[in-house]
Amino acid sequence: MTQSISNSLPNCNRRKWLINSVSFAAAGLIGLTRKAGATGGKLRVGMTPAFLHDQHRLLDEWRDFMAASLQRPIEFVQRDSYRETMDLLRLEKLEFAWICDYPYLHLKQEVRLLAVPLYQGRPYYRSYLIVRKENTQFKSMADLSGSVFAYADPYSNTGYLAPRYHIRNLGRDPATFFRKTFFTWSHRKVVEAVASGLAQGGAVDSYIRDTLVHVEPELALRTRVIWRSPEYGFPPFVSHRSVAASDFQLMQKHLLDMSSTEKGRDLLTRLNLDGFTIGDQSLYEGVARMMRAFGEA
Amino acid sequence: MRWLFNLSFRRKIPLWTSFLISLSIFVVGAALMTRAYEDMKRAVVISAGNLGHTLANTVAPALLHDDVWRAFEIVRSPIRGEPAQTPVQVDAVVVLARDHKVFVSSDPDTLPMLAEPPALGVDWVQLSTRLGAESNWSLVLEPEDSNYLYVVLPITDRDAQLGHLVLRYSKSVFHPWFIDSLWQGIEIGLLVLAVLIPINWYWGRRMATPLVDLAQRMGTILETEPAPLPPDLYPYQDELGQLFRAYDRMALALRDKAALENEVVKSERLAAIGQLTAGIAHEINNPLAGLITVVDTLKLQRDLDPRTLRNLELIDRGLMQIRDTVAALLVQTRIQARPLNQHDLDDIRTLIQTQVSKRRIRLEWSAAMPDELPVPASLVRQILINLLLNAVQAAAEDGQVGLWLGRKEGPEACLSIVVHNDGKLLSEEQFAHLFEPFATTRAGGHGLGLWVTYQIVTQLEGRISARNVDGQVEFVVNLPLGEALCNTASA
Repeated sequence: MTQSISNSLPNCNRRKWLINSVSFAAAGLIGLTRKAGATGGKLRVGMTPAFLHDQHRLLDEWRDFMAASLQRPIEFVQRDSYRETMDLLRLEKLEFAWICDYPYLHLKQEVRLLAVPLYQGRPYYRSYLIVRKENTQFKSMADLSGSVFAYADPYSNTGYLAPRYHIRNLGRDPATFFRKTFFTWSHRKVVEAVASGLAQGGAVDSYIRDTLVHVEPELALRTRVIWRSPEYGFPPFVSHRSVAASDFQLMQKHLLDMSSTEKGRDLLTRLNLDGFTIGDQSLYEGVARMMRAFGEA
Repeated sequence: MRWLFNLSFRRKIPLWTSFLISLSIFVVGAALMTRAYEDMKRAVVISAGNLGHTLANTVAPALLHDDVWRAFEIVRSPIRGEPAQTPVQVDAVVVLARDHKVFVSSDPDTLPMLAEPPALGVDWVQLSTRLGAESNWSLVLEPEDSNYLYVVLPITDRDAQLGHLVLRYSKSVFHPWFIDSLWQGIEIGLLVLAVLIPINWYWGRRMATPLVDLAQRMGTILETEPAPLPPDLYPYQDELGQLFRAYDRMALALRDKAALENEVVKSERLAAIGQLTAGIAHEINNPLAGLITVVDTLKLQRDLDPRTLRNLELIDRGLMQIRDTVAALLVQTRIQARPLNQHDLDDIRTLIQTQVSKRRIRLEWSAAMPDELPVPASLVRQILINLLLNAVQAAAEDGQVGLWLGRKEGPEACLSIVVHNDGKLLSEEQFAHLFEPFATTRAGGHGLGLWVTYQIVTQLEGRISARNVDGQVEFVVNLPLGEALCNTASA
C-alpha cells in the first residue's frame, strides 16, 4: 500500500512521502499507529457502500486530490459491509470514514461528525422501495407481503432500518412480513437483485439509485420506485475521537473547500454531490427515532 | 417393383451400385453422427463436472451462511448475457437446498427462489426423486421429452451435505450444432458420391455392355446363323469370360450343325436326282437300242433316194446324241479296273496340255504319287480330267490352275485331290445346285461334268466339296483307300 501511494504522488513530493511512509511503517511496527495522525503520518479513510464505492477510478483520483490538498499520504480503506468499517473505526484502524447515518448513531460515542455531503443542495436523502419495472402489480409495501426482499446492509438506514420501520408502521412484523430476505451488502446490488428478478422488492438509498440512473441507466431503469421514505440526514463523514484536532480541522476544511476548486468540483459532479456542510446532530433525529422504535438506542 | 428388376443390366448395375454406395455413405454417416452426438454429450458432462465441482466448492460457504446474494453472484458467473451458443455452455445453474427447494438460481425469472420441484416442471420432480434415492455422486439426468440435460453435484462442507448444485444444459443448442455437423456430413457424402458415381457408372456400363451384346446375340440365335464374338469384347477369365467362350463354342457347333444339315439335304437331293436319271436313262436305253438298229438296217438298203437317206442320217445323229447323253447320265462304276499309277497322271497332264497352252494358263502340279494306289484308275482319271478341264475353262485368261494330289495317312487312309483356279468365285446360287445335272456355270458347257464326277465320287464312297478360299475356287475330293470312310471334305 505504501508503495502504491508513493507511486501515485507527484515527483516533487516523492522523497518527502517516502520518508514519511517509512517512518509511518516503522511507527506501525512498534505499535504507535494510534499517534500516526498526531505525527503527520498517513490518514486512513474508510469508504463504505454509502455511495457507489466501486467506482475505483474516481476513488483513486479523489485520494490523490485529497493527498495533494492535505499534504499527507491518504489511504482509502474499502469494506463491503458497514459492520467491518465500524469495527475498523472502533479498533482505531481508521482515522476517518464515510458511513451511513445509522452506523453513525451506533458509533456516537467513538466518532465525531466531520462533515455532511450536500445532495441536491441539501444534506438529506431518503429510502426508496423499488420493484422490477414490469411488476406492475406491486404498488406499495403492503403488496410485497410474502415476497422475497433484498436489504442492502443490516447497518444501513435506507437499506434496512427505514423499510422495516415502514412495515412496522403498517402494523406488521418486519421479521415475518416477507417470505425471505437477504442482504446484498451494497445499494447498487439491491438494484441489481431487483432488476434480475432474484428479489421482488428492495430497499435502496435514494442518492445511489438516482445516481445510478445517470451512471448505469440500463440497470437502474429496470426498476421502479413505488415508495419514498421521509428525508433523513445524509450519510456523514466522521472522524474517530482520537484523531488530533489539527487533522480533524485539516480534513474538515478540505471537504468544505472541495466545491471551491476546479478539481474538487469535478470530483463532486462525478459523485453527484454539490459539496459539504458541517452538519448537525439534529439531522439524524429521524434515524434515532426509528432506532428507539426498535429498542436500539 | 418388378420393372426395377426387369431393367437392363446396363442400368441395373449402376443403379444398384449407386444405391449401395449411397446406403453405405448414409449408414456410415449416421453412425458417425450418432458417435459425434455421444461425444458431444460426453464433452458436456465432463465440462459440467469441472464447472460444477468449482461452483459447488465456492457456493458451499454462501449456502452455509444463507448468503443469497453471494450465492447468486457465484451461480451467475458462468452465465453469459446472450443465450448459449455452444452445447458446453451452461444454460442455468441452480442451488437446491436440503429440502430440494431452490436456494438460488442464475435465472430467477423461471427458477425463482424457494420454488419447490413441482412448481418448476416435470424435469425437476424427476430430478428431485433421483436426489432422494442417491446422495454423494454426480448425476447426469436426461429426462425424456425434455429440452434439457441436467448434471447434479452435491454441495458439501466437510461431511455435511448442504444441498445440490444443478447445471442445466439446453439441448436445443445441441440441435443446431448437430444439424450443422449433419449438413457438413451430407456435403462430404455428396462430394464422395459425385466422385464415386461416375466411376461406378463407367464400370457398370463396361461390365454390362458385353452382357447386353451377348444377350442380343442369344436372342437371335435361332433366326440367324450366330456370328463369332469379336475377340476383344471381353478378354478376361472370370465367369463372364467363361460364358463368352461357351457361347463361342456353342455358336461354332451350331454353324457346323447347320452346314451338316445343308450337306445332308443336298446329298439326298442329288441321290434322288441320280436315281431318277438312272431310271429314265434305262427306260430310254432299251427302245433307243432298237431304234438305232432299225436306222442302221434302213441305211443298208440300196434303193434309198437321197432325200430319205439324208433324213436317216439326221435321225441317226439325233439318236447317237441321245445315246451319248444317256450314257453320260448312266455312270457305270462297277467295272473291274486296274489300280491308279504314275502313268495315269502323266497321261492326264498330256491330255489337258492343249487346253492349258491355248488359254496360257500357269499350271501348278503337285502330285505325290506312290507307285500304285488301290483306286480304280479309269474312274480317277475321269474325275481328274473333269475337274482340271473345268478349272482351266473357269480360270481367267493368263490365269492359274493348281492340282494337289496325295495320300492322307491316319485312321482314315484317303486319296486326296485338290484342284483350284483363280477364276470367278462361285455364288451362293451356284453352290446350291453345283453337282446337279445341267447346272452349267458357263456358256458352252452341258453341265454334266460335275454331275458325273459327283456320281463317281459318291459311288466310290468318297466325298467331294467346293469352296471359295483365298480368292480361288477350290474343289476337294477324298477317296477312301481302305475300309474306313473318308469323312473329311477338306484337303
